[in-house]
Amino acid sequence: MDCERRWPDPKVIRAQRRALGKVTFMSNISRDDVANLAKLARIDMSDAELDHLASELDVILNAVARVQEVAGADVPPTSHPLPLRNIFREDQVKESLTPEEALSGAPAQEEQRFKVPRILGEE
Amino acid sequence: MALRYEDVIAKYEPVLGLEVHVELGTNSKMFCGCNTIFGAAPNTQTCPVCLGLPGALPVVNAKAIEYTIAIGLALNCSIAPFSRFARKNYFYPDMPKNFQTSQYDEPICSNGYLDVSIDTDEGPREFRIEIERVHMEEDTGKSLHMGGATGRIHGAEYSLLDYNRAGIPLVEIVTKIVPGTGKYAPEVARAYVTELRDILRGLGVSDVKMEQGSLRCDANVSLRPIGSTTLGTRSETKNVNSLRSVERAVRGEMIRHAELLDAGKKVVQETRHFHEDTGLTTPGRSKEQAEDYRYFPEPDLVPVAPDTTWIEEIRSRLPEKPSVRRRRLQETWQVPDKEMAAMINADVLDLVEATVQLGADPTRARGWWLGEIARIANEKEVSAGELPITPTDVNEIVSLISLGELTDKLARQVVEGVISGEGRPKEIIDRRGIKVVSDDSALMSAIEKAIAAQPDVAEKVRGGHIPAAGALIGAVMKETKGQADAAKVRELLLKHLGQG
Amino acid sequence: MINRSAAEMAASLADGSLTSVELTKAHLDRIALVDSKVKAFLHVDTEGALAQAEAVDKKRQAGEKLSPLAGIPLALKDVLVQKGIPTTCGSKMLEGWRPPYDSTVVARLKANDIVILGKTNMDEFAMGSSTENSAYGPTHNPWDLTRIPGGSGGGSSAALAAFEAPLAIGTDTGGSIRQPAAVTGTVGVKPTYGGVSRYGLIAFSSSLDQAGPCARTVLDAAYLHEAIGGHDPMDSTSINAPVPSVVAAAKNGNVKGMKIGVIKELQGDGYQPGVLKRFNESLEILASLGAEIVEVSCKHFDYALAAYYLIAPSECSSNLARFDAMRYGMRVGSGSAEEVMNATRQAGFGREVKRRIILGTYALSSGYYDAYYGSAQKVRTLISQDFASAFEKADVLVSPTAPTTAFKIGEKANDPIAMYLNDIATIPTNLAGIAGMSLPSGLADEDQLPTGFQIMAPAMKDDRMYQVGSALEAALLSKWGKPILANTPKLEP
Repeated sequence: MDCERRWPDPKVIRAQRRALGKVTFMSNISRDDVANLAKLARIDMSDAELDHLASELDVILNAVARVQEVAGADVPPTSHPLPLRNIFREDQVKESLTPEEALSGAPAQEEQRFKVPRILGEE
Repeated sequence: MALRYEDVIAKYEPVLGLEVHVELGTNSKMFCGCNTIFGAAPNTQTCPVCLGLPGALPVVNAKAIEYTIAIGLALNCSIAPFSRFARKNYFYPDMPKNFQTSQYDEPICSNGYLDVSIDTDEGPREFRIEIERVHMEEDTGKSLHMGGATGRIHGAEYSLLDYNRAGIPLVEIVTKIVPGTGKYAPEVARAYVTELRDILRGLGVSDVKMEQGSLRCDANVSLRPIGSTTLGTRSETKNVNSLRSVERAVRGEMIRHAELLDAGKKVVQETRHFHEDTGLTTPGRSKEQAEDYRYFPEPDLVPVAPDTTWIEEIRSRLPEKPSVRRRRLQETWQVPDKEMAAMINADVLDLVEATVQLGADPTRARGWWLGEIARIANEKEVSAGELPITPTDVNEIVSLISLGELTDKLARQVVEGVISGEGRPKEIIDRRGIKVVSDDSALMSAIEKAIAAQPDVAEKVRGGHIPAAGALIGAVMKETKGQADAAKVRELLLKHLGQG
Repeated sequence: MINRSAAEMAASLADGSLTSVELTKAHLDRIALVDSKVKAFLHVDTEGALAQAEAVDKKRQAGEKLSPLAGIPLALKDVLVQKGIPTTCGSKMLEGWRPPYDSTVVARLKANDIVILGKTNMDEFAMGSSTENSAYGPTHNPWDLTRIPGGSGGGSSAALAAFEAPLAIGTDTGGSIRQPAAVTGTVGVKPTYGGVSRYGLIAFSSSLDQAGPCARTVLDAAYLHEAIGGHDPMDSTSINAPVPSVVAAAKNGNVKGMKIGVIKELQGDGYQPGVLKRFNESLEILASLGAEIVEVSCKHFDYALAAYYLIAPSECSSNLARFDAMRYGMRVGSGSAEEVMNATRQAGFGREVKRRIILGTYALSSGYYDAYYGSAQKVRTLISQDFASAFEKADVLVSPTAPTTAFKIGEKANDPIAMYLNDIATIPTNLAGIAGMSLPSGLADEDQLPTGFQIMAPAMKDDRMYQVGSALEAALLSKWGKPILANTPKLEP
């Protein structure tokens, strides 16, 4: 039996946002910033998308910036959850993929090589 | 208007920075078990890891770590007790993951030095090049640029990628900035790369063939007015594929910078491409738009923390340092400093040693490699080692001379023949019919013929004017088609004319 | 037959009353019957599954010794590569891509003769908490088809709840196994980081991702855990130690004398009342079974969500760079390589993926690294320390798995922060790399939808979760009189 209820419960949502921290609407990130990032990340974006993303990221960045509150200089960063060190393998040759397998996903190929559009820029 | 080098160094002093990449000669790649054979058919030595297929993960090759530590120790570096791999993020089709697994602020070796010796006007001078860091990374795939006129990237219509070389272990050796070389910057740069190459070869960690790309050098050059303490803007030159090119590239960049500065222009901080044929550089990627590499610690790999036992074990297996070896050879062979420096400069020391090991006299071996062979190499603008003449050939020639079957002059013909690709010394001697005419009677008949043709010269010699004999000796040599032993001719001639 | 647990099915296979082919067929039939509504599967490998089943039956007839789960069908989250089988990660970017290699998880499933039925739907590249971000459309919760099944591994959990498979594999980066388990009334486990190989697991956030078992019972999950877990030399981050004896622990559901730590910060106002009620009841049950309930405080957990939404996007911005139209996957656009890359990544990635890539690119940028990614890494240390202190006071730590029951499809789709909040209780586990499990704790009063009870154990002590989970499960089953999934609505037409 499906119960009728008001959803979402505004009280819960408000409480959740409180738990996440104060969200102040400072403009951290501009559309130009996002455009530069999109360029770095090699993603074409329309102006509308850039604008939309800029405001979304603004909200998110404001929310996540609170990590700085506790990230004191004396706290070491964690890159790996486990204290593993020196994981190596012997210098032994293992079987490779066949060229057919290696190229099996290639959008284009020629002479057993991956064919890619012209690369501009330096050598 | 091109400046002369002398003009450049009269006003400016150079500051160098050298980055050398070495391909390690391990059996398998840096992060996977694919084979590393050079020249294999395209994409036959790849796997999910080095192709960067979704889901693939790297595992570090222990031998690569060992080799890198050995290199660091040989360069007097400190070995980091804790070092990490980092991702260097940028997009390029020859890099399957679009990031390179490298090292950033925690390299495995740092703060070392290498002493090099160069020949200056005032005699040999030592320079200490400080090493900033030695770190590990992986090589990229290789692209063939198709459709353009030159096979180069500009104007190409498309490219073909082969990932056999992607993931080959690379070690990058970066110097601190090198001031104080003055006009010898080009020579110091070359000497540094040469010495480094010899060390690496001696360690057995790489076949260090610049022509094949297993040793690559990027030269950073900047100029500042003499006496200034601020650094000038630097340019980075890539595609420097030989020791000679290192020297030429540095010299060329110094001149180029000076021309700009003299004209009141600014040097652009950029990457430039060296051209073997012209000795000049052209602009590549501008460093002002330098990519933000967004380095962060590689989460798929755990830190490398070599313990002192392992490090000392590697240290104990280090071979004789090239500088120690050179001192040893110099003493054994009794070679004066200047000649020693000349051999190193001409890059023939290994060749001479190999020749000596086959039995040749060190001085004679050196004489050939440094003399005739080096001369031809210079003419052809290659290094002596690239010519098709081997220590075996030279040893043979030296022994034939000592047996009297060849004169120096005839030997030069043989050398020239070997280098032209006519075959080995014995074949050339047979084919060309090179023979020393040492039969006294044959020589005497030629001598008498020469005297008869130039009686007045003969009179002069009889009269005590010895140098005049040269004309007669020349005539005899001509008559015998150069196959006479000139010294013998002289002896007989003078004796015959009452002066011997 | 398909309503039973995997262990029960295995018993029937072992005693010969059932063949794997029959069992597999029954599940394939079920999928054909209900998946048009549930949409749990992206690819069903009918031929391959039946061939695998046949091969196992032959081995059994020949008297070969087989592993405990041999011949049992399983649904595989489409983030793990399976050779020759389409693997999409719920993205258009990899539509039609057939990997040339098997992930280690798949290799181990095959080595255990487990029958892989097909690949299940997921949020694109594992980014999401509802499976709404799949480029192939959402999966529907079998409890109420208008609701989400959780995410990112909604397909796997829905398949279990719809009886399309008795076993499934998921992956968990911030809760992507546990939260779907909670909202579908199933069991989901995130092993200790490094406990299961990541080789062949298409990476979202490398230092957080972990593959894990999904099932309808704790014991089934334990069997699956042992089948896939253990050291892998192809994964430098995998633990070189034997899998904790989780099956033995699951069979020994006894909490007498154990200390159960309730994390103060993971309950309260942000949690739906019905969820909290079921959670507290489960605590009472554990107490009645002889456990001691203690309260612990992990004060840095308030920063966990923020740290996660810096670390995961940063790592993913780098991990997803390889999708550039050059070697595999989608290629659209014309012009230079860079233009084709830009166009393909625009067309191939969905909104959430692009959002996280841009966020991650920003967090790693020079000038911002210390403030964002660098700081987040420090919060991670603090969270690990919080857990370490808490585990000094308790053997396991508990919380509700998710703050709410399943919400409606479309409800939170336009509010990223609201969506991110679904993981608020599960994220700390991934940041610290410890183990976490969700098992059903009953239906919430207000909506009669499933709630989940989360148990967390210290790194490499996964067996503790199974021990406590098994005890709670048995007690709840006894209280309900029937398994929770007996309450799911009829799906078949």
